[in-house]
Amino acid sequence: MSEPVSGDETIFAPASGFGRAGICVIRVSGPQTRDLLEALAGGVPPARMMSLRVLRDPQENTALDQALVVFFPGPASFTGEDQAELHIHGGLAVRQAVLAALSEIPGCRPAEAGEFTRRAFLNGRMDLSEVEGLADLIDAETESQRRQALRQLDGGLGAQAERWREEAISCQAMLEGALDFADEGDIPDQLENEAQAKALNLSRALEEHLRDARRGERLREGFHVVLAGPPNAGKSTLLNALARRDVAIVSPIAGTTRDVIEVRCDLDGLPVTIIDTAGLREAGDVIEEEGMARARGRMAQADLVLWLDPADDPAPLPPDLGPHLHVITKIDRVEAPVTRGDIAIAALSGEGMDALLARLRDAAESLFGEGDALITRERHRAALNEACEALRRGCAQAETELFAEDMRLAARAIGRISGRVDVEDVLDQLFSSFCIGK
Amino acid sequence: MDYDVIVVGGGHAGTEAAAASARLGARTALVTHRRDTIGAMSCNPAIGGLGKGHLVREIDALDGLMGRIADLAGIQFRLLNRRKGPAVRGPRSQADRKLYSRAMQAEIAATPGLTVIEGEADDIVVKEGRVEALVLADGSVVRTGAVVITTGTFLRGLIHIGERKIPAGRAGEKPALGLSATLDRFGFDLGRLKTGTPPRLDGRTIDWAGVDIQEADDDPVPFSDLTERITTPQVSCGITRTSREAHDLIRANLHRAPMYSGDISGTGPRYCPSIEDKVVRFADREAHQIFLEPEGLDDVTVYPNGISTSLPEDVQQGILQGIPGLERAVMLKPGYAIEYDYVDPRNLGPTLETKAISGLFLAGQINGTTGYEEAGAQGLVAGINAARRAGDCDGIVFDRAESYIGVLIDDLVTRGVSEPYRMFTSRSEYRLSLRIDNADERLTSRGISIGCVGERRAAHFRAREDSLAGARAMLAVHSLTPNEAARAGLTLNRDGVRRNAFQLLSYPDIDWARLVAIWPALSAVPGAIAARLETDATYAVYLDRQAADIAAHRRDEGIVLDADIDFGDLPGLSNELRAKLAAVRPRTLGQAARMEGMTPAAITLLAGHARRQRVGRDAAE
Repeated sequence: MSEPVSGDETIFAPASGFGRAGICVIRVSGPQTRDLLEALAGGVPPARMMSLRVLRDPQENTALDQALVVFFPGPASFTGEDQAELHIHGGLAVRQAVLAALSEIPGCRPAEAGEFTRRAFLNGRMDLSEVEGLADLIDAETESQRRQALRQLDGGLGAQAERWREEAISCQAMLEGALDFADEGDIPDQLENEAQAKALNLSRALEEHLRDARRGERLREGFHVVLAGPPNAGKSTLLNALARRDVAIVSPIAGTTRDVIEVRCDLDGLPVTIIDTAGLREAGDVIEEEGMARARGRMAQADLVLWLDPADDPAPLPPDLGPHLHVITKIDRVEAPVTRGDIAIAALSGEGMDALLARLRDAAESLFGEGDALITRERHRAALNEACEALRRGCAQAETELFAEDMRLAARAIGRISGRVDVEDVLDQLFSSFCIGK
Repeated sequence: MDYDVIVVGGGHAGTEAAAASARLGARTALVTHRRDTIGAMSCNPAIGGLGKGHLVREIDALDGLMGRIADLAGIQFRLLNRRKGPAVRGPRSQADRKLYSRAMQAEIAATPGLTVIEGEADDIVVKEGRVEALVLADGSVVRTGAVVITTGTFLRGLIHIGERKIPAGRAGEKPALGLSATLDRFGFDLGRLKTGTPPRLDGRTIDWAGVDIQEADDDPVPFSDLTERITTPQVSCGITRTSREAHDLIRANLHRAPMYSGDISGTGPRYCPSIEDKVVRFADREAHQIFLEPEGLDDVTVYPNGISTSLPEDVQQGILQGIPGLERAVMLKPGYAIEYDYVDPRNLGPTLETKAISGLFLAGQINGTTGYEEAGAQGLVAGINAARRAGDCDGIVFDRAESYIGVLIDDLVTRGVSEPYRMFTSRSEYRLSLRIDNADERLTSRGISIGCVGERRAAHFRAREDSLAGARAMLAVHSLTPNEAARAGLTLNRDGVRRNAFQLLSYPDIDWARLVAIWPALSAVPGAIAARLETDATYAVYLDRQAADIAAHRRDEGIVLDADIDFGDLPGLSNELRAKLAAVRPRTLGQAARMEGMTPAAITLLAGHARRQRVGRDAAE
């Protein structure tokens, strides 16, 4: 067997992320994999067996590290090419030295973003929606994201899209019957009505999936909770309190202004992003003005707004608030029991925090729902919207040939999901936004 | 060299091939068993139909013969789908069998540079992979630069009538056995197909009062741009239906039908089933429609379209007796099924030249198609390319986005056939663009540059183009605001947007007459041109969308796959796809994508390969 189509060159990259760690895994893929193992590890270990080897710099013949080495012969490897993994010690100096040694081997170069997956795809090891599923799996931070990504990696969306596509094609086929065999007597007259009913059903099915409240995309992005309220309503205190409790902070990201802070949490497996905004009040200086504009923007996009209303300094709910919880804060500052609001807390003492967490969890759960969302990307949504539009337009067509044309357009739009058309365009976009090393 | 091009066969593919080759200036010979069978219609005496009518219009746009001959011989012109949109209308006509073949023979005889040789082609001499000569059955050797084989159903043709089997090309003519052996020797992949024909009836014995009558159109629409009007007298057809008794008789005798007794191995067309097929497959139908089509003005023969059969003669007679209007009809000839060899068209390139032998072209039914129009279209393309091959010129390829001819040939050489291939409008992705009313605009100027279009048509075409351009300019110049429109009695959105006459024409309730009422100068535009612009306007939105599709199609057609790719070496492909790719050897990524069973991953794989080759080449330069 000659070398696979996707590369003459052998690529390598650390697969285990950056920074100090106990172990660093470097992946290698391409035709020189065997040569590389000969040169670096003193030989090719048995296929798919971890072997302890001393890695040596082939130029200097000095020891680089002691490593576990695995060899995966193609085509039954992830990329379809010969592949290897070098499990080296995770120190930065060790890693640099091994990568430098790899670069010196003729025909080897560092991998570009997404290049391993690209080779897997080009070698026929995955289809397009599976590739997307893999990308999501790598990015998954919580259990529910992981499940969704895995479903897609298994081809769930691709298979459904293919069924829809066949349905649209079958509508088209009925209409073609009415058009192409009109002179042959034996074609039933009601074909067009049947096609219309079928197309309407299909458009409804698509609409149903489109009306999934963007569950799939949100699951990828996280459930967005915005903390809002007047200055000193206790937003930062609540954020800190949440962060200290049952929620594990995934990554605190400083906002682009001093006034918006995001914390991504894993709430019982559900991805939740909590956003602390600038306090809303009457206009102050320019920077504060900007911070408040951003705060309002975040509130408008939020899945849930927690409106914080201090017990000792009431701040009425603003009008036109979307989905929200009216949270009375600082209840430890007042004597009398609080009667307004949905829920009452004292973040510092912890009073009411369990109840608040339960409400957040419920809200996130009801958004993500029990059902599995099929649509996980804007690209899928755009394709289905286009198909839906064509289906509806077609049903309203007076001319059969235009109805049929719309069915063809619908089938094409759906086909784009699994990569039936416009493959090149989709690919370029997809692979450029990919995590290196996979 | 005796000839530049030799065409074997004088049917619908052969006549177009020979005439096209001669129009290009090649010294051309047409070899046929008998001069008087040139242009014979061996099955249904009709030209055109849905999809097929489009092919005839395209053959005509390239100055081929079929449209003009059919206009001379047509005796019942009908525009099919008249009540549907202009993109799916198809011209069709019954033809007078004798008028048709006589007109065709006269045309062939009058074609300069074209010689008819009566004889039987027996073998082809190939030297170093290139055709050198044709050997006739009498042993004579004719030297030539290219050969076009258009032997229809004559390759190992076998007629079935009930239990009887008669080796034959068509009723009463012997099959071509020598060439079958030749094609075998060249290693082409041969398959077996089947088609059928109904019994022929004596029209004088039909009870015409007992059947429905279908008239010709009042204003027959000619096939050819060069035909001003139809002068041949028009006749009507009868319509009747099979009956329960007839169906019972068929069921009782199924074991005597070669399709069911296992005598026939070839695959028949699903869209043109025999009556025994219809009765078995649509068992709940109590009757099937039959068109009673006269075969000629002075011919008593009637072709009962819809009851093709290979049942024994006595059963055929019995069936007729059970059909209203045909109770006492006399059968002149029994119906029959014919099995024949075809060459897997994936052995051909898009010029219809065989991949194995330079200068050898195949066209028509031998490539697995059915129908005169499909045959004629292939003949035209093969004739053009054979002449160019003989003159060492590049091949001419017709594209799917440009013509049904392109669709036909691309389908054949890319996907092969699993049943006799017939054209439908639904085979084209660009149906709204490929219409009967713009065939000339799509093809004639190309034909002029190829050299297959004569002076008369070229002049006619240029005049029409000028007229069309003038009318388009007028539509663009005239415009009005919604307020002005309201004063003229048109209701538009009161959005203040000025619309020109072409935009107005795209409204369903605004036709040409309305425009003329507003701008009387438009009355100078000839009717055909006005109708043409109405259609463009009606489809405008969709045509813009199709233009984008066509651009994407052309982009994929522009990605050329190297001729020497070893598909067996591409990892990630299933063995099945590897075998298919190796058989078809697609020239472009677009063609590969259209192959049967292609998967997105496989297409991407090929795209990656093509890209890498391109990068490699660029780097080498």
